[in-house]
Amino acid sequence: MADSNEKVLIKGNYAIAQAAVNAGCQCYFGYPITPQTEIGEYLSGKMQELGRGYVCAESELGAINMVMGAVSTGVKAMTSSSSPAVALMQEALSYAASDELPVVLVNVMRTGPGLGYIYPAQGDYNQAVYGGGNGDYKIIVLAPSTVQECIDLTYRAFYLAQKYRNPVILLADGILGQMMEPASFGEYPYPEVDVSSWALTGAKGREARKIYSVATDEKKQIQHIYDLFKKFEIITQNETTYEEFNTEDADIILTSFGSMTRNIKAAMNVLRKKGIKAGCFRPVTLSPFPHKRVSELAGEGKDFIVVEMNMGQMFKDIKYAVNGQSKVSLVNRPVGEWLSVEEIVEAVENIVAKGLSVVNPGGVEYAASV
Amino acid sequence: MQQVFSIPKSMKKDFRYTFCPGCDHGIAIRLVAEVIDELGLRENIISSTSVGCSVFLYDFLDIDCVEAPHGRALASATGVKRARPDKFVFTYSGDGDFASIGIAESLHSALRGENISAICINNTTYGMTGGQLGPTTMMGQITTTSPTGRNKEYFGYPIKIAEHIALCDGTAYSARVALDSVPHINQAKQAIKKAFQAQLDGKGFGFVEILSSCPTNWHMTPEQAHERVRNEMIKVFPLGEFKGGDK
Amino acid sequence: MGKIVIDNNRCKSCYICTTTCPKGLIKKSDKTNRLGDYMVEFDDPKGECIGCAMCAKRCPDLAITEVYR
Repeated sequence: MADSNEKVLIKGNYAIAQAAVNAGCQCYFGYPITPQTEIGEYLSGKMQELGRGYVCAESELGAINMVMGAVSTGVKAMTSSSSPAVALMQEALSYAASDELPVVLVNVMRTGPGLGYIYPAQGDYNQAVYGGGNGDYKIIVLAPSTVQECIDLTYRAFYLAQKYRNPVILLADGILGQMMEPASFGEYPYPEVDVSSWALTGAKGREARKIYSVATDEKKQIQHIYDLFKKFEIITQNETTYEEFNTEDADIILTSFGSMTRNIKAAMNVLRKKGIKAGCFRPVTLSPFPHKRVSELAGEGKDFIVVEMNMGQMFKDIKYAVNGQSKVSLVNRPVGEWLSVEEIVEAVENIVAKGLSVVNPGGVEYAASV
Repeated sequence: MQQVFSIPKSMKKDFRYTFCPGCDHGIAIRLVAEVIDELGLRENIISSTSVGCSVFLYDFLDIDCVEAPHGRALASATGVKRARPDKFVFTYSGDGDFASIGIAESLHSALRGENISAICINNTTYGMTGGQLGPTTMMGQITTTSPTGRNKEYFGYPIKIAEHIALCDGTAYSARVALDSVPHINQAKQAIKKAFQAQLDGKGFGFVEILSSCPTNWHMTPEQAHERVRNEMIKVFPLGEFKGGDK
Repeated sequence: MGKIVIDNNRCKSCYICTTTCPKGLIKKSDKTNRLGDYMVEFDDPKGECIGCAMCAKRCPDLAITEVYR
């Protein structure tokens, strides 16, 4: 075995898969969908080799519910999928959040709505952060921007899931899944979480444990939901993570998540050369979202320009955090080729010069009712 | 005098069934509890529970349980068993959960030969929601969504679950039993035991379909409902072992 | 010679036991339990119960909690 810190040239999907193995993922359950199928392919051989659990599930419904069953016994388990198939898993995520099951789900986003196609997009921000399941619940959402982060945040996903007994989504995209980049795995950096107080192991020498969300008692259910949200307050305090560059002297802050961040960093440098004082801000945790930090920066009079590959989903969270303290604009394209550095630079210049609120490079003009 | 009947030890202390009067779920759960006791499984069980009247299993049995959304009990059980192959894993569902919304999960668990046991209560209707047409509603049977009786034009035909499960190569045992009489109840217990034993022997998927009455939604007295099981249901859903039996 | 024990707070008055007992020793009572259901009574003055446990096996509510033979 090579030195674990050695850099290897590896595809994002394989990086996520091997990171899951390193994190001690005992079971993988999955159903093929492009652009994440390599994760299941890689693990099919690897898990058998290691004597761990692997099932080619009959559907995404099957896969996510197998994860729920597996993690209820205290082991680490995950599934991976992509946008329209992750939509199928929303029911289970609502259950898992209520049941406090440490489910790990990797979503390598493709386009939508509907079947869409296999080219990349970031249209699942709302699906991941606000969820498609019923009732009030919150999921931890981590958004990597490089293959290295695919590894680091996969490790973190397993740790946070068990630490807080909360489902975690790793929100990657087709570009990250399919691109190759040098990265190193290192060792799984987190301690093992003690699950002995709740995991199902058979009621030997203790009272039987029941993990369920059926709520026939209204008062208990009200308390349960308060408790879930109190827990998420703690998660917000402890785990909110973001990256910022050159924000101190910036007049405008380019904001994006995931792999789009790569281009806003480059655009920031070009804009600075052109005399526009630009900075960058990227939430690493989309949920919990760094509302507080965005609000502080807006309070200093810095304008925000949100750059994303959807119709303005994270845009609304930035707007909410800014809360009228400064101007927030959107540069976006719903799906397809990532917004290039040139497109972003031109859009920012137009926003600065003409005071536009929405720019769709190469697209039709539309009045954003946001 | 010798005690010949007692409450199974695997039942929760001070339980009181919340099913309707005359509902056969109570008998089925007792039989499961007796088999758990007799095979000494209680401390090694993890059960994946379903949705419907059968969900309340966790309220009555003193065993570890994890819930699954409607229809997903067999997927959840697959996950539990793959994570902890040393544990005894079983599911307890109704016909709607097992054979309608969850038929993909159920059938594929059998096809994969998952080493788990599944009990399915077939009462020909969706009991908890008030007696609608389900996958096992018999031809001509009146329900709230087949007010003039099940006909093939609108509703098609009922599924014979145990026969379908028996066709799967991964199935070790598949049987259909009923709870309308003492001899049938005794047979039902033996079938549950065989399905459980198949798992203990590592043979694969064990399945028991239990024909049960639903007096409330059938608008019958408990006795009339059992007559219906005897005179109508068993004709449509014949009793017997379809795979892995003694023959 | 046998005997049974009925837990009337579990009984929901389905009366399956009254027709199951081969000796006809379980009867509908005129007393009600805490749910207002007319309970059942084990009435065996001549010691006819054979402890067959058929009543307990068919009771859907496990309200016949013990049978002795």
